Formats: sequence, structure tokens, C-alpha cells
Amino acid sequence: MENILQQIGIENYIYLSTLLFCVGVFGVLFRRNAIVMFMSIEIMLNAVNLLLVAFSTYHQDAAGQVFVFFSMAVAAAEVAVGLAILVAIYRNLNNIDIDSLKKLKG
Amino acid sequence: MLTVFYILSAITLGTAFLTILSKNPIHSAIYLVLCFFSIAGHYLLFNAQFLAIVHIIVYSGAIMILMLFTIMLMNLNKEDEQNKSVLTRFAAVIALGLVAFVLLATFIKAQPVIEGYQVSGQDYQSIKVLGKVLLNEYMVPFEFASVLLLVSMIGAVLLSKKEHINS
Repeated sequence: MENILQQIGIENYIYLSTLLFCVGVFGVLFRRNAIVMFMSIEIMLNAVNLLLVAFSTYHQDAAGQVFVFFSMAVAAAEVAVGLAILVAIYRNLNNIDIDSLKKLKG
Repeated sequence: MLTVFYILSAITLGTAFLTILSKNPIHSAIYLVLCFFSIAGHYLLFNAQFLAIVHIIVYSGAIMILMLFTIMLMNLNKEDEQNKSVLTRFAAVIALGLVAFVLLATFIKAQPVIEGYQVSGQDYQSIKVLGKVLLNEYMVPFEFASVLLLVSMIGAVLLSKKEHINS
């Protein structure tokens, strides 16, 4: 089986992951809805995972893919706790607008 | 192969943008599922089948269902979100442009490393090899991941129990 990186080149994957990460950063800055901000964080995590798999294929080493498994486990745990926090916020404030969480500002 | 890569990349980036720009959170979630499927397609291009399947199960199956449940629980499937102020949104666009410019310029200016690339031909990403690496070399992080999942489960249950700030 010929390696995919000989046909596509790892540069293209670096550019794709960079753009995807930037889209995630843009989403966190652009939206007020906390759930959409969570989705943007997932996009950023996926960009990093994609680059890890690309370099795992480049070095022909399984460690990169194993690291992606751990990253997925951490992402699942993060989403569970984060959504629980959002539900608690919604119960108390009746919205999840990020601008209504200003109490620490004093 | 290059055509497949470009089509998949276009789908990935386009659905990621639509996730952020669509007003309705349900539409955002559905575009994000499409984005995750196209990323699984990228994993298949790398011939990492197990990772692609796990990615679909964990992200499209578990995480997005959880998010859709939360959206429907909060009754957010309507477009009543007020936008941020024009200044903030303008700053967000500027930040996107600057981050993308700096990162892309760095990687474009970097030396290409692909030229002396050799394929060794050995098996490194079948399920058999991955399982051996995971359970020999990375045994301790594997156990810690299970502890992390347990703790996050308990934390989610505790956090979503009914309690009020004022009481």
C-alpha cells in the first residue's frame, strides 16, 4: 500500500489543520451562545487530532494515533462536565448567553 | 487522491464555517456532525480505519447526541440570540485574519520536509499494532483515562443536580 502522504504531501494537511483551528478560534470569539462556543472548541480539538494523525502517518509510528485516542477520551469528559455546567447555569439564569456571566467582573 | 482530499477539505472547512455562522443551534449541531464525518474521511485517507470508526462513534455518536439533548432541553431551537456588538465581531474577524496569516506564513515559509520521505512498508496502524502499543507502552495513561472518565461522570451527575444559587 502506497503511502497517502507521497501523493498529497504533509504541507496540505498542515494548512488544512491550521485553517480549521483558526475557524475554531473565530467561533469562540464571534458567538455569544455558550453551546456554539463548545462546538468551536470541538473543532479546534479535531484540527489538532487531524494533524497528530498526519504526523503519525508521516513518521510511521503508532504513538501519534494512541495519543489521539487519549485526546478523544479527554474531549468526551470535557463535554460531559461542560454541558452539566451549562445546564446548571441555564437553571439559574434562564439563558446561556455568555455575556450574562459577568459576576466575577465586580 | 488529490481531488478526494480537496473535496473533503472543502466540506470540512465549509461545514465548520456554517457551524459558527448559522443562527439556529440545531443547524450548527448538524453542520458539525457533517464536519466530523468529513474528518473521519480524512482518517480513512490515511488508512487509519480503526481511528475513523472510533471518531465517528465518539464524536458523531456520543458528543453530538449529548449536545443535541442539551439544546433541546434548554429549548434553544429558535433564533432569538442577539448578536454581539459590531465592534466585537469586527475584532473577531480581525483576530481570525491575523492568526491565520501568522500560522500560514510560518508554515509556508518553513522548509519543505517531504522530499526525502521513504515508506518503510511496515505495519503501524492496524488494530493489532495499535492495541499492543496502547496496552504495553501506554498502559498507565490508559488507566488514568479510565479514572478521568469516571471522575467526569461523577462530576456531571453532581453538577446537574438541582440546586439554586440563592437558596
